[in-house]
Amino acid sequence: MDMYAENILFHYKNPLHHGELERASITVADSNPLCGDKLEIGLQIENGKIVDAMFSGEGCAISQASASMLLDEVIGKSLDEVKGLEKQFVYDMLGVPLTTNRVKCALLSFVILQQAVNTFES
Amino acid sequence: MSLRDCKKDFPLLVAGEADGAGLVYLDNASTTQKPASVVAAVSEFYETANANIHRGVHSLSERATEMFEGAREKVRSLINAKSLEEIIFTRGTTEAINLVCSTWGEQNISKGDEVLVTALEHHSNFVPWQQLCHRKKAKLVIAPIHEDGTLDMLAFEKLLNEKTKLVAVTMMSNAIGTIVPIKKIVQKVKEVGAVTLVDGAQGVPHMGVDVQDLDCDFLAFSSHKMCGPTGVGVLYGKKALLEKMPPYQFGGDMVKEVFDDHTTWNDLPHKFEAGTPDIANVIGFGAAIDYLSQFSFEEILKHDQDLVQYAREQLASIPKLQLYGPQDVSLAGGIISFNIPGVHPHDVGSIMNSEGVAIRTGHHCAQPLLNRLGCNATARISFYMYNDRTDVNRAVEAIKKVYEIFKVEV
Repeated sequence: MDMYAENILFHYKNPLHHGELERASITVADSNPLCGDKLEIGLQIENGKIVDAMFSGEGCAISQASASMLLDEVIGKSLDEVKGLEKQFVYDMLGVPLTTNRVKCALLSFVILQQAVNTFES
Repeated sequence: MSLRDCKKDFPLLVAGEADGAGLVYLDNASTTQKPASVVAAVSEFYETANANIHRGVHSLSERATEMFEGAREKVRSLINAKSLEEIIFTRGTTEAINLVCSTWGEQNISKGDEVLVTALEHHSNFVPWQQLCHRKKAKLVIAPIHEDGTLDMLAFEKLLNEKTKLVAVTMMSNAIGTIVPIKKIVQKVKEVGAVTLVDGAQGVPHMGVDVQDLDCDFLAFSSHKMCGPTGVGVLYGKKALLEKMPPYQFGGDMVKEVFDDHTTWNDLPHKFEAGTPDIANVIGFGAAIDYLSQFSFEEILKHDQDLVQYAREQLASIPKLQLYGPQDVSLAGGIISFNIPGVHPHDVGSIMNSEGVAIRTGHHCAQPLLNRLGCNATARISFYMYNDRTDVNRAVEAIKKVYEIFKVEV
């Protein structure tokens, strides 16, 4: 089935940036009530830039792969660049068709990331 | 009439069959499909009898009122309540439970009291009591389950004491299918003088109930889980209790006389039915009860359990598949919860969907239960009267597809 493309299954089984970030400047957790996914993202921020990021928690292949790919994309980016990212960025990054209900899974890491950046800045 | 041919009565299920790739609908604990007679009853009401009830003197209103009150009689007869005054229409099971919580609960629960529920409850029979206990500084007590998901009756009986004011218990777990020994529970609760509220959302559609025989104080259930329309539920309450309870909501139809400074309440059951109810769908529920009356609940439960037995046998051949709930099919209704190691239930559901099999995945609004089972979510197959062995076979094939796509090591 299209949603479970090679890249999704690869990231699900071999997630990048998975674990606890010891030197996190900020850590934010949230959950998706639809499927009970829980995700926590830690960001290490230096001079307005994300220098490292890790995620932990459990969830479906879409939410886990999305977190893995998203963190890989944003490490090295400035906070302003991250704030400027649109949802479409996540859809393009995943590159698979998502059903309406699964969009929430795909966006869980994105929502937490934005929350973390905003909380850090305030 | 035998259940064997009833699938043809459900247009949605038949429509799928016409194109050769019929939908296998196995999400019946969420909501069931509707027979053509129910859909027709709702549209016929709108086409031939639509008017507001209880107030109009014109013929159309009288006709609508007769049809609406006729449905109430069908509900009364379905659960064998003593009188029509004991049948209150609500939006669903959830509202029926909240009604009792907001009226009887507010009036009768106070500091130091205990409300006893079980670990099997749906959130709708858990959160209202938890919040009431917070407000009243009362204690919510949760009766434990055994490892196989059956209720620990010994522990339950020990938890009952003179502080227990209310026992709110499901007839059947919506997440894992466990049938609760409800009659024994009601008897035990009576010994300590507490009030019983039975959540019949799963139990009434799949097992039926006789409230006089059961002797519970309250019973809540929904139309849409038993072939009827959504938006309609029932609260049964013993008349003596209902009479003492304050109204739930205020507005039209629930009043007798309104003065500048006070109001008197309408008689039962109207005292608890403020505003215009879901008239068409209540009438549709009446048609659903008529439809179900061709069969017996013994037959429906046996059918569900036979399918669970068959499905469990098929699933046993799939390696590493984890099944929850009682292994003895006589202890559960038509519900099977399972997990595939390394695959999130949501992904199981998505892949099964792409194979034309509709199941439910997630926590099934029973997080306290799933926490006890040691998981966040499960995939759930739930049967109703129109499902058959072909549906089970299709589900088993779809599960095998999950193993294939996720390359689950076997």
